[in-house]
Amino acid sequence: MSDITSQSLFELTSNIKEKKLSSEEITKAFINRAEKSKKLNVYVTDNFEKAIDQSKKFDSNPNLDFKLPGIPIAVKDLFCTNGVRTTAGSKILNNFVPAYESTVTQNLWSQGAILLGKLNCDEFAMGSSNETSFFGNVQNPVGENLVPGGSSGGSSAAVAANLTPVTIGTDTGGSIRQPASFTGTVGLKPTYGSCSRYGIVAFASSLDQAGPMTKNVKDCSMLLEVISSFDQKDSTSIDYKRNNYSKELSKDIKGKKIGIPKEYRVDNMPDEIEQLWKNGISYAKDCGAEIIDISLPHTNYALPTYYIVAPAEASSNLARYDGVKYGFRSPGQNLIEMYEKTRSEGFGDEVKRRIMIGTYVLSSGYYDAYYLKAQKVRQLIKKDFDNAFSKVDAILTPSTPSSAFKIGEKTNDPVSMYLNDIFTVPINLAGLPGISIPAGKDKNNYPLGLQVIGKPFDEQNILNISYALEDKINFKNDISDWWLSE
Amino acid sequence: MSKNSEYLIERENKQYEVIIGLEVHAQVTSESKLFSQSSTKFGAEPNTQVSLVDAAFPGMLPVINEFCIEQAIKTGIGLKAKINKKSVFDRKNYFYADLPQGYQISQYKYPIVGEGKVILDMPNGQKEIGIERLHLEQDAGKSIHDIDPNNTLVDLNRSGVALMEIVSKPDLRSPDEVNVYIKKLRSIMRYLGTCDGNMQEGSLRADVNVSVRLKGVTEFGTRCEIKNVNSIKFMQMAIISEANRQIDLLEEGKEIDQETRLFDTKRNETRSMRSKEDAHDYRYFPDPDLLPLEISQELIEKIKSDIPELPDEKKKRFIDKFNLSPYEATILVSDIETSNFFEEVIKNSDVKLATNWITGELFAVLNEKNLEISQSPVSAKNLSKLINLIKDGTISGKIAKTVFEQMIDGDQDPLIIVNEKSLKQESDPKAIEELINKVIENNSDKVAEYKSGKDKLFGFFVGQAMKESKGKGNPQLVNKILKEKLNG
Repeated sequence: MSDITSQSLFELTSNIKEKKLSSEEITKAFINRAEKSKKLNVYVTDNFEKAIDQSKKFDSNPNLDFKLPGIPIAVKDLFCTNGVRTTAGSKILNNFVPAYESTVTQNLWSQGAILLGKLNCDEFAMGSSNETSFFGNVQNPVGENLVPGGSSGGSSAAVAANLTPVTIGTDTGGSIRQPASFTGTVGLKPTYGSCSRYGIVAFASSLDQAGPMTKNVKDCSMLLEVISSFDQKDSTSIDYKRNNYSKELSKDIKGKKIGIPKEYRVDNMPDEIEQLWKNGISYAKDCGAEIIDISLPHTNYALPTYYIVAPAEASSNLARYDGVKYGFRSPGQNLIEMYEKTRSEGFGDEVKRRIMIGTYVLSSGYYDAYYLKAQKVRQLIKKDFDNAFSKVDAILTPSTPSSAFKIGEKTNDPVSMYLNDIFTVPINLAGLPGISIPAGKDKNNYPLGLQVIGKPFDEQNILNISYALEDKINFKNDISDWWLSE
Repeated sequence: MSKNSEYLIERENKQYEVIIGLEVHAQVTSESKLFSQSSTKFGAEPNTQVSLVDAAFPGMLPVINEFCIEQAIKTGIGLKAKINKKSVFDRKNYFYADLPQGYQISQYKYPIVGEGKVILDMPNGQKEIGIERLHLEQDAGKSIHDIDPNNTLVDLNRSGVALMEIVSKPDLRSPDEVNVYIKKLRSIMRYLGTCDGNMQEGSLRADVNVSVRLKGVTEFGTRCEIKNVNSIKFMQMAIISEANRQIDLLEEGKEIDQETRLFDTKRNETRSMRSKEDAHDYRYFPDPDLLPLEISQELIEKIKSDIPELPDEKKKRFIDKFNLSPYEATILVSDIETSNFFEEVIKNSDVKLATNWITGELFAVLNEKNLEISQSPVSAKNLSKLINLIKDGTISGKIAKTVFEQMIDGDQDPLIIVNEKSLKQESDPKAIEELINKVIENNSDKVAEYKSGKDKLFGFFVGQAMKESKGKGNPQLVNKILKEKLNG
């Protein structure tokens, strides 16, 4: 048997079911490795003691019908967890302990999983490098001083570094897929309305979706199966028949029509990404898929549209962090002064930047020119995809325009940071499912990802295509455990 | 409308007209809040009716309470208004300590109810007031500044309670019309059971828009909005004070600034709260946590079929069926409890007498004791018994008043009172004749005067005869026999 922490979710699950491993052994193995991996800074809050207790409890009376029997899982610190501090990577929630559980994490625990701890992320999920976190940046296990992507950077690093078998992140404009691409892991953003937003600290309500982050496509299908559910506590949750994604997973994609959008060939895109895409296309052909050139004409407008819609919603969603009810408060002589001090000291620069953008675009006199216009463009982007999906079953693109960059390289240039999300953002605006799978490496041996985009609620199809491609690509992450301490 | 009933404010040969529009905030009658399951009960300990949603905890999401939607539709139907099949909840963004989300969920561009109307019964006829719209919104919590010397305390029990904002057109022209309008609105909602209209508990309050213009001018003047006035009396005071303030400014050749003002009830004047320049930029945008609200025709039809008879229709029925005067009918239908009481009384008794007794004696007692008709010390059952005792001649109207005074004390049965105190009317002609004979004998001098032509003395004999009967003589019989004796 290979080292416990390097096993996939399916391996761990079958080892538990076959009684080859106990939940306690597995949990302790991940905890031991975490103790030696502090340099990566993936954890904001650990739940190790309670996790061991729970694993023992599981072992004393194991329910092997569970889909995640006794499996320890760390989650992004954007999910509210009952009795465990939830910070959203922000000073303003530094001391916040929810008395409730998000639906998505509850779905994990209801299938036997055990909370290992809360993973670092960009503050309120605003960032593409995990550098905006109040709790410091996260190291990408792929290479020292490399960003793990963001905002689910703690999550991607934790999966890649074997610190959790699988994890869940959230994706508003690419926050699952881009970090997955940067760390050589798999990340899926489901269709908007698939996974409940109840109990997830909100960034941009009309774009936020939780999703699985895993080492391989099969684990991804299982985790999606567990977390995707209709929830009456979220008015945007959609009641539809969800597949048994893991059971129905298949590499047979013969005859599937896969679209290649010409607009995703952007200026200054490295040749190696162009090559990666070409490889992906030929693998898809090898699997029997039919390749069709398509056009998504409004792609260019997606990023500016996103940077109006998301900050607008965020400026309103973050108004509740005012020092009155919970979280951080900086005292003032009066209410206004308390607000100003609390929010000035409690929020970081990127969050403030987006609150200001959002406030501006909603202001009277600017609303029509920005917010309303952006909503109209959003409809056009959605229509682009509708048109494309009348001809194809899925769309294949690169996940990101580059591989992981150095820590600090883009922190002073927000626009170049925002450009990271150029291939992922349109999918959120259109509410579609998208998955990033590791597909190759650049000249520095850093991972690169390919993105498969599907029709609404067609997660099974993009999982199947990814499963087939994964087999052909045969990607091996080359991680040296350089950060381990004794 | 006749000239003399116009409400005009005079200044040196000039007459100013007052233009009023109201934004009434009516609390929806509902067990739970608009977007959460917390209770809406009034008077609970602070912060005991607050859910995670009401307190805006991270990741909490609003889920619409469908009952509140139905209540709003019902009210819209009561206002003869258009029900919009698609409406949108927006966020109204502003910071305040008792606004936990940092925004109020309201409806801005697309309200649930569109244009409608309310008919006012004014002394000189009916007047129609246009309704601009009705929309649903959340109430905020309450900031309490006077408990702790150094801190403001916040009670979130009200946070998230459903309100209907009912916006009138600027069709109101006097404090009297405002009085009748508010009462009519309240009456319609109480008939429908959509708002209890309890102004003491804050279930009904209004923002009052006031402007003035010279009589004859057709365009509107600059208006000021007086925020959050919570009684009809204060609304009327605020309107008079504000209209006069505006007229004074115009008379001095000054301009009126469009602004939001507050009414100081102690000083009976309005004062500036914020100018147009300082007006909040609420940054309204559709709430992305809630999908647009879609209402099916079936739901509208279902609600329509459950709408009870409303005051206007009831008034028409009372006039047509019971032959009441429009004035009497208006009074009896103004409140659903009153009309129910009336209909209960007339089930077994005379309509005319019931009308007079309810609007006369009963209302006087309720007024005096400051009671609602639902708290009436005399039940409908016993009042109808009393009326029947009058109708069948058992007691006279005058005796009935004495009996009624006793009934008030513990809702006593009038028949028992009449029997116990032997107040039964004397209707035996022989007995009355005896009485009258006695009176005539004792007053032979007056009889002579009467016979010589002093007709006015007839009343004296009636009085004497009634006195002799200890008030129990049947007045009709007394009259009849007296006439026979004296004229015969």
